[in-house]
Amino acid sequence: MPLIWIILAVLALGAAGYVLGRKRAVSSAGGDIRILHSLPNYYGMNVFLTAVVPALLVLVVWLLVQPTVIQRQVTQLIPDNDIMESGELSLIMSDVRRVADGLDRAVEQGALSREEARMIRTEFTNIRETLASIGVALGDDVNADVLAAAQRYRALQSAGNTVMAAAVLILAALGLGYAYSRTHKDFRARNTVERAVLSILILASTIAILTTVGIVLSMVLETRDFFHLYPAREFFFGTEWIPSFEGGSHLGLLPLLWGTLYITFIALLVAVPVGLFSAIYLAEYAGRRMRGIAKPMIEVLAGIPTIVYGLFALITVGPMLRDYFAEPLGLGTSSSSVMTAGIVMGIMLIPFVSSLSDDIINAVPQSLRDGSYGLGATQSETVKQVILPAALPGIVGAILLAASRAIGETMIVVMGAGAAATLSLNPFEAMTTVTVKIVGQLTGDTDFSSPEALVAFALGLTLFAITLGLNILALYIVRKYREQYE
Amino acid sequence: MTDASTPVPPKSSLYATSDRVKRRNRSETRFRAYGFAAITVGVLALILLVISIVSNGASAFRQTYITIPVELTEARLDPAGNRDPAEMARVTTFGYAPLLAQALQQHLQGQGISMEGVTPRDLMAMISQEAPAQVRALVLANPEIVGQTVTMEMLAGGRIDGYFKGRVTLESAERDSNVSPAQLLLAERMAEAGLIETRFNWAFITGPDASDQRPEAAGLGIAILGSFYMMIVVLVLALPIGVAASIYLEEFAPQNRFTDAIEVNISNLAAVPSIVFGILGLAIFINFAGLPQSAPIVGGLVLTLMTLPTIIIATRASLRAVPPSIRDAALGLGASKMQSVFHHVLPLAAPGILTGTIIGLAQALGETAPLLLIGMVAFVREFPDAPPEGFFDPTSALPVQVYNWTQRSDPAFVERASGATIVLLVFLLFMNAMAVILRRRFERRW
Amino acid sequence: MNDMRLVERAVDDKELKIAADGVDVFYGDTHAIKAVDVNILDKTVTAFIGPSGCGKSTFLRCLNRMNDTIDVCRVTGNILLDGEDIYHPKVDPVQLRAKVGMVFQKPNPFPKSIYDNVSYGPRIHGLARNKSELDEIVEKSLRRAALWDEVKDRLTAPGTGLSGGQQQRLCIARAVATSPEVLLMDEPCSALDPIATAQVEELIDELRERFSVVIVTHSMQQAARVSQKTAFFHLGELVEFGDTSQIFTNPKDPRTESYITGRIG
Repeated sequence: MPLIWIILAVLALGAAGYVLGRKRAVSSAGGDIRILHSLPNYYGMNVFLTAVVPALLVLVVWLLVQPTVIQRQVTQLIPDNDIMESGELSLIMSDVRRVADGLDRAVEQGALSREEARMIRTEFTNIRETLASIGVALGDDVNADVLAAAQRYRALQSAGNTVMAAAVLILAALGLGYAYSRTHKDFRARNTVERAVLSILILASTIAILTTVGIVLSMVLETRDFFHLYPAREFFFGTEWIPSFEGGSHLGLLPLLWGTLYITFIALLVAVPVGLFSAIYLAEYAGRRMRGIAKPMIEVLAGIPTIVYGLFALITVGPMLRDYFAEPLGLGTSSSSVMTAGIVMGIMLIPFVSSLSDDIINAVPQSLRDGSYGLGATQSETVKQVILPAALPGIVGAILLAASRAIGETMIVVMGAGAAATLSLNPFEAMTTVTVKIVGQLTGDTDFSSPEALVAFALGLTLFAITLGLNILALYIVRKYREQYE
Repeated sequence: MTDASTPVPPKSSLYATSDRVKRRNRSETRFRAYGFAAITVGVLALILLVISIVSNGASAFRQTYITIPVELTEARLDPAGNRDPAEMARVTTFGYAPLLAQALQQHLQGQGISMEGVTPRDLMAMISQEAPAQVRALVLANPEIVGQTVTMEMLAGGRIDGYFKGRVTLESAERDSNVSPAQLLLAERMAEAGLIETRFNWAFITGPDASDQRPEAAGLGIAILGSFYMMIVVLVLALPIGVAASIYLEEFAPQNRFTDAIEVNISNLAAVPSIVFGILGLAIFINFAGLPQSAPIVGGLVLTLMTLPTIIIATRASLRAVPPSIRDAALGLGASKMQSVFHHVLPLAAPGILTGTIIGLAQALGETAPLLLIGMVAFVREFPDAPPEGFFDPTSALPVQVYNWTQRSDPAFVERASGATIVLLVFLLFMNAMAVILRRRFERRW
Repeated sequence: MNDMRLVERAVDDKELKIAADGVDVFYGDTHAIKAVDVNILDKTVTAFIGPSGCGKSTFLRCLNRMNDTIDVCRVTGNILLDGEDIYHPKVDPVQLRAKVGMVFQKPNPFPKSIYDNVSYGPRIHGLARNKSELDEIVEKSLRRAALWDEVKDRLTAPGTGLSGGQQQRLCIARAVATSPEVLLMDEPCSALDPIATAQVEELIDELRERFSVVIVTHSMQQAARVSQKTAFFHLGELVEFGDTSQIFTNPKDPRTESYITGRIG
């Protein structure tokens, strides 16, 4: 029974429950809804929620747990010497899953009957060919253990699905019956429903925590595996990045971190003066018309996806810098460089710096400006000596936020910075960053047990830690600053 | 207060500007100029970016076609002669190619167009490699046309297309191993004879992607559909969850450690680099939960988690903007807290919530990095099924398609990537305009 | 703090400092000030009184062109400082404001040290040639603002850490430090408690020895206590201008009488 039908069936039960519950409540009051404790809809709602919510919760938990349980069962079927042979259990399991899927597909397309799929043996049939004929490509010939495991896997899965469907539907029916039996004119339906709704609201708001936990857990667990395979010391202090999938990789963080920080530095060198001066000009000098035109235009820059900036770096800025600066100056021949990525990222950050600074500059009270003008200061003197010092903590916070954004930015550096991990000072040389390498190590077919793939999780964790630290620091500074004027 | 030592400054006329004030005014002017320069830099960057994308990408919306009559020989296409599509399918595209080459050659001779310097092999290279496949698809769909001579419109090769768009010139062809000047001159003559025409390219918007050798056939259909599916997932998940979370935090949450933790988490999630969400998606949704790679459902889930903070922040702001007097009025009539929120506060906050949601969706639509990690870079030529099964089929996404095309070697893909970017920007522009209109329309000042 | 303590002082021998002639002020389409003529004498305290929104603060801000910072504001008519038109195109408002200082309604010390607050004006106008001269100016200004004894040991402490009354006197010291000729005060005591108010009022009386002081006030008692000349504004018009004693004892215009007896305002 496909998932969607189970869900629809549960919802249908719930809807029936709604109608029944409502009707029973009204009839228990003899048709006079004034003597009901709550409005009739609440009685219906109560039955609906009691039927649907527990059933769907069980469904979700079941879906999460079933794969793990089945996996454990099936793993037992695989002899140890197979595991020794291919080196990794997870590789065999993915074979098992692929064969099982292939069999499903074969049954679906009629290439095999249900019976055949269950009984098929490697001794009699060439599974690989059978599956290939329906478009499932297998890398190797299927060995008997894998096939047996795959068949067991299918059997368990279909049994599991059947039991799940039954359990969920029975639970929904039980919930319906229970809530229906409690429906009576004195039943406090509204309070019950509101309590249920409140817990749904609370559940929704915990998603934020769950996401953070998910991020941290997923990266910490894989990073731990990585450090089992590759020494942490060499990762954090290594100055060479030479991954090789045959083993013997050098996976040093430092060249990546250097590239990241160098590009971030150049980006800030572009974004901070331009953003800050734009904000000052818009807040202190620009007339209403100028503000009305220039401000939205600067803000449009913030709405442009980073892939577009990446493309801009790739097809326009990179070649331009190479042809007019790098080559004439003899500094390099690469169109992707620290400079390319840095400048384009700087452009991306302009609106970020300027709108944050604008908020912060506007938070400086007008009375301070008046005080300064009243003493005969010019506007620029007021800005430089009164407003900026007063707004400084906030602006520092804004710059830190921008830096964190730059460190975590991916597409611009993937398309503009290059892939060579070098420790160099030449800004026209191609360098690479932490994010580029995360993408590089995790895209395409990857084997999640090799240090070359797992290193991406360690990189991700490093990135997460750096940006989180910067953000917390920045928010702390900005908050302190806000309090000063409240 | 009798300090006679005060150095009384000499009385000066107001009309005479002192040197010092002149100097100060000059520095004022300078400062102002810096500000203006900064604005100019920002605006120029925007203009340059738009010009760069549009000038590179506008031509992707036009495509060059070759129109010639083709005789669909029965002996080649349906050797059995029973018009059974299943049997005709055995003839691969390689069986169709010579047919086209022959037709083209004959037609040129018939029209008296000189093939000077162009071998029959070169002539075939002027037609897209996609063309035989197109003809084959047409024949399989209408078996009865076999044996007739049908006027076919076929994609011209990428270099020929580039020549008519100004990307390829006679000079550049000298250095290009894929095209010769003689081919371009022939194309010129064919255009004069009305055999070659460049016009609007619907296939770019509706068609599937094409392989590395056929930039002229590459389209955005699957990517647009994939992005659309993901937006549906995001909308269906992020809007209710975001609104529910905001209602709880804004209206019901007590001040305690639990709610503090939620608040801190939300503000931090808003600043987590997007690629980290990609790692989360890869580790949790694909490796742990076993969802398929490249599927819109996974992309949608990842983007939902990314969009949630945006929607929650916007929703809370618009809930907060509803004055307490409204809540008091409802409570004062004996409504429960829940009723006052759902009957009064939420409807009043709806326009703000909607605006925030649209902006969140626009952000999600342009997001690329996390999608790379969950396998959306894969080459997909099959359109996904209709939802809900389609959510689990492999697709691409608009921004990922842009990235994908930039990674290919043929320079014609730069045009495609820029064209795809234009499509992406048009969608974003449309969404943001909608948000602005909604805000203008329904914004309420209390 | 008792009520109408009228100060009888000879004021007629003082020379003319500011002469306003037919001044009109418009905020966009609103006609905020209508044909005001006022003569402000040197070494005299002139008080502007009137109900809220009568334009007295607006007019005050015309005297050092603080209204320039507001885009929609337009001033016509003549305002002469020592016979020179302050709205003349050759006049730089920056230079003008060095001569016509201003103290605001709410104490607004900069978020800097006490020393930096006071030395801000002399620094930007280049009034000191070296550090010791600057120190001297700061000390003298703080003494004039009757604040020196309270803050001399903590000149590097932030100005925002002082009490409200001290902050306002710091702002007065800051304004005095540029050696202005005229000192404009926009309701300088409205945010202060009675004791701080009394201190500031005493200070204003002392400042009169060196400067021409113009004070906008809400409180008629304050005007009577500190000023020698009083101008009564109503709905953007200057209703009556004369010696403080005469305005309070023998107003010529019935509107003035209604205001000082508390019937309008």
